[in-house]
Amino acid sequence: MFILANMRSFWRTPLVRDALLVAVASGVVGVAFGAVATSTGLPWWLVLLSSLVVFGGASQFLLVALLASGAGVVAAVLAALVVNVRFLPLSFAVAGSLPRGRARWLALHLVTDETVAFARARGGASAFTLLGVAQFACWNVGTLAGVLAAGAMGDTAAWGVDAAFPAALLALVLPALADRAVRRTAVAGCALAVAATPVLPAGVPVLLSLLALGPAALQLVRERGTRTAQVAS
Amino acid sequence: MSGAVLLAVGVCAAGTYALRALGVLLASRVTLPEAVQDLVGRGTVVLLLALVATSTLFEGGGGAGAARPAGVLVAGVLAWRRVPFVAVVLVGAGTAAALRAVGVP
Repeated sequence: MFILANMRSFWRTPLVRDALLVAVASGVVGVAFGAVATSTGLPWWLVLLSSLVVFGGASQFLLVALLASGAGVVAAVLAALVVNVRFLPLSFAVAGSLPRGRARWLALHLVTDETVAFARARGGASAFTLLGVAQFACWNVGTLAGVLAAGAMGDTAAWGVDAAFPAALLALVLPALADRAVRRTAVAGCALAVAATPVLPAGVPVLLSLLALGPAALQLVRERGTRTAQVAS
Repeated sequence: MSGAVLLAVGVCAAGTYALRALGVLLASRVTLPEAVQDLVGRGTVVLLLALVATSTLFEGGGGAGAARPAGVLVAGVLAWRRVPFVAVVLVGAGTAAALRAVGVP
């Protein structure tokens, strides 16, 4: 009885509930990925494998679409990797929330936009691991369901799943925008990324948004310069 | 065909893992001054928000229509008013779904 009551309160924790919501949404996108990828004629085991070993939704969709359109393997892989370059700065930023020791090498694989945003918004390690494990499980189960249901499935866009992701990320990031300087930089970064999207390959515009940090970075360098000069004199 | 595709998935997986690992390795090698750490934190917000903006407005090579941006906008307003996370996400998706049901692209 006690265990039951404890379990019930566990599921009702806001942290767990919110992580599950994001993970389930991932699962639904995974279903779409599995179905789309299978319908392009890729072998089913390869579709499952890509969800297990890449675990990056946007890059997986792009890789499959490019391979199906007859683009060369090299071009397809490069394009998919460019989409994932953002994981470098993101994992740099979330490094403090990863477990220590050997578990770290496994946990690395769970760095996604959502886990980083969740760890940032909900204070760290347990939030990261909770969502990471749940999202990984849902993404792969979803892919499997999509592979099995390929062809028999309706359009997931009808459920608004495509709006759920930006909505969740936005809700997680929004509190950070209360700071005026952060808000200004972030809005400038968004403008850069949006302006660049029609002309640059997928993945690059998001990275370009980091240029908005330029003025702040320059100021930092200048301040350090004056401090060093003061110490010298 | 299968061999080349397997290679593509394999290289993509290895490259993606390397990118994730590189970020964490860099973080463990370099100790950043507080001001720079602050800048990195700000960079995360910028990256994530840019991702929100581009994935809201664009789909593949073209625009994403009106239903998705409308859903995300509603979600943004709710989040700003401190509505619980689950409601924000569900109402955002629901708005997009409802608009599509009445024919908005």
